[in-house]
Amino acid sequence: MSTAKADILARVRGALGPSPVVPEIPRTYRLAGTLVRDAAVVDLFCETVSEYKATVHRVAESALPDKVRAILGEGLRVGVPAGFRDLGLPVIEDRGLSVAELDELDAVVTGSALAIADTGTIVLVSGENSGRRALTLVPDHHVCLVAASSVVPSVPDAIAALGPDAPITLVSGPSATSDIELDRVEGVHGPRRLDVVVFG
Amino acid sequence: MSFQSAAKVTLKDAQLRRNIGKATTLIREKRLRAVAEVPDWEPLRDAGEAIKAHTMATLPEQLEKLEAAVTAAGGVVHWARDGAEANAIVASIAKRVGTDEVIKVKSLATDEIEMNEALEAEGIHALETDLAELIVQLNPEDKQSHILVPAIHRNRAEIRTLFEQTIAQGQSLGNEASAIAEAARLHLRNKFLTVPMAVSGANFGIAETGTIGVVESEGNGRMCLTMPRVLVTLMGIEKVLPAWQDLEVFLQLLPRSSTAERMNPYTSLWTGVRPGDGPQEFHLILLDGGRTNVLADEVGRAALHCIRCSACLNVCPVYERVGGQAYESVYPGPIGAILTPQLNGLGSAPSLPWASSLCGACYEVCPVKIDIPSILIHLRGRVVREEKSRLTPEALAMKGMAAAFSTRRRYEAAQRLAKLGRGPIVKAALPGWTAMRDLPEPPKETFRDWWKREHGEG
Amino acid sequence: MKVALFITCFNDTLFPGAGKAVVTLLQRLGCEVEFPLEQTCCGQMHVNSGYEHEASGLHDRFARVFADYDAVVSPSASCTAHVRERIESVGGKVFELTEFLIDQLGVVDVGASFPHRVTFHPTCHSLRLLNVGDRPLRLLREVRGIDLVELDGARECCGFGGTFAIKNADTSMAMLSDKVRHVLDTRAEVCTSADTSCLMHIGGALSRGRTGVRTMHIAEILAAQE
Repeated sequence: MSTAKADILARVRGALGPSPVVPEIPRTYRLAGTLVRDAAVVDLFCETVSEYKATVHRVAESALPDKVRAILGEGLRVGVPAGFRDLGLPVIEDRGLSVAELDELDAVVTGSALAIADTGTIVLVSGENSGRRALTLVPDHHVCLVAASSVVPSVPDAIAALGPDAPITLVSGPSATSDIELDRVEGVHGPRRLDVVVFG
Repeated sequence: MSFQSAAKVTLKDAQLRRNIGKATTLIREKRLRAVAEVPDWEPLRDAGEAIKAHTMATLPEQLEKLEAAVTAAGGVVHWARDGAEANAIVASIAKRVGTDEVIKVKSLATDEIEMNEALEAEGIHALETDLAELIVQLNPEDKQSHILVPAIHRNRAEIRTLFEQTIAQGQSLGNEASAIAEAARLHLRNKFLTVPMAVSGANFGIAETGTIGVVESEGNGRMCLTMPRVLVTLMGIEKVLPAWQDLEVFLQLLPRSSTAERMNPYTSLWTGVRPGDGPQEFHLILLDGGRTNVLADEVGRAALHCIRCSACLNVCPVYERVGGQAYESVYPGPIGAILTPQLNGLGSAPSLPWASSLCGACYEVCPVKIDIPSILIHLRGRVVREEKSRLTPEALAMKGMAAAFSTRRRYEAAQRLAKLGRGPIVKAALPGWTAMRDLPEPPKETFRDWWKREHGEG
Repeated sequence: MKVALFITCFNDTLFPGAGKAVVTLLQRLGCEVEFPLEQTCCGQMHVNSGYEHEASGLHDRFARVFADYDAVVSPSASCTAHVRERIESVGGKVFELTEFLIDQLGVVDVGASFPHRVTFHPTCHSLRLLNVGDRPLRLLREVRGIDLVELDGARECCGFGGTFAIKNADTSMAMLSDKVRHVLDTRAEVCTSADTSCLMHIGGALSRGRTGVRTMHIAEILAAQE
């Protein structure tokens, strides 16, 4: 045990005294599972995410490739996670792309783990579907596919469905800043364009 | 400098007052709307308050669990008694990595321990990547003035001019805020992709799982947390949360209180090292830096519950007028007035507990219900007891008044003196008042004289 | 109903009119008002200035003086909040005037008449420590002839804050100047509130600026039958 650790813990114990009162935590807020998960939740998600200036598209699963092609047009360098679903367009799979190669991508298409209706948030969990973190960060345009069945009503619903095993990125709209006069301005270091395709 | 003297200077800066007034007015209204749409806001605040109090009461256990979990996930945990120890740890890692430059995510803890200056002294340049921190860093004369938006005292035109003269190298940027953001993007892009080491702060560290969380907007955080080979996170020991589930409370309370959004653009959560994804070397430094002193004060320790949302700054009528720099601390505003004197010792900032009219607006908005006014009063008492002579004119006046009010006879005698413009009541109140305000005409008779005349001494 | 008046040392010495108005008003509403002459000061200024020790004798004294009354009424929201929080034995039966009228007596129309343009400043302690809400406004709306105008930025502190007004005089004045500007924007003849301390502060600037706007405690308006 380092001395710094021992010292700090001793100071903490000294500060708290022999029998600190440990309060109970009242969890009377809306816990996971409180809210109904119906079609209205998907509508709400589409509404909240579009308020962040993300572009929202809603399609049947069979129409996904057409929609993605329509969003991206032709001739772009499009990255996807390795082994990603067939989009019917030429893609560059991320099998350990270098930083320079990531930087050359015009756009990236990935899936997502789930989405939160209440806050318009997409949850990316590092792995086969969402890709690794750099893939959805370096390219300037992110097309994110969200299964309608993965939309949960609230933040507690999402936290209950997630765990610490892989890195998680919560995305609520394109990159933005509030640093100029406390007003939200879109487009800083993250992807400046975010298309959200809700399917199924 | 005392708060009073520092405020005298900043109050004269009309541009600063306009900039801060405009920004805080806007964010206040937005926060009200963001909070109003959450039906269980009060239960969330209650939970947030209790989780923090629970954490503080079990802090040794939580910190040891956090260390074990981070280590198990491939991270390295360091403990730092003070800023100098923390800075030395970061410098030694940078030297081993062999870099003379690190990229930084905005972190108040690193500002608090002056990490940038310490690294600079070791020949390592720390590049701030948050837009507002960059604005402050680009102007050597400037200082942070807000927890969330350190450059809140700068308006768009001032930022544009600064950028044109520095990172845009004389190129004209136009009047759109997006052009300013674009200039920052171009300036930092290559750094994000090439610098091998980043330093961040932490919004949360989950003891149960070893997960660290950073809440941000621009994506500079994601860049720093993802692209470099080595990541060092500095976290105050009070930022630990016991359980994964606790995230559901703070991820609702923080964004709406802070930028008044339903959710901030990006939140990153990571646990140790993930092969093939992000930094392959992760260090977590747990910093005391005066926090255990705060913890030792049973009333004042609630200041450690702060989640750095800055809602209290945005509603504070004092902060709105004087700006953040008058507080002469990384932590300005109401939370700074209770945190700074406790972290650094009462003697270092004895005037800060008085930098408030006790209007209570801060307590009303605090997402974890820190009773800032009560702590201010408590700290005033401590300053009076521990730092001041018992013979100051104020102490004597207070004693004089307490004595005068202790019996009816003395009280009535003091009232008679007050009518004549003398005695303890007048002595305590008169100076400073009439310089800028009129005093009311003294009444011909006191209330009790009237009552006695009407009803007898009964 | 028999009630004791807790006048506060500040009103007793400087603003007897507020106390007299409370007596007039409560008697008109059928209360029997007593004024315990042994009362002095509740100790708020001491506590808020860091002199808690000096206040403890005053707290004990307050508890003794008001121990035998069923209800205590005060024309000060700020002092009411202080005794309610700090003096456990009697704090619960001390009411700020507008709370007392609405919650204890159950009246909203107190039979007042005051044909003037009036704006109301809700003081911080009435709003955030006592949570009086819109009680004062509900009472004022029933006053005959009153032209009640809303005050912009009403919830914002006037900058008084007890010794804050003296210790941080420059900041206090910066807050006050905004409050005064909002008062003048209403074109009211009278600015009223539930605390004469804040009114002394606002009134001091209104007078220095020769604005002609008067300040009156809310009790004085509710007692008026012009």
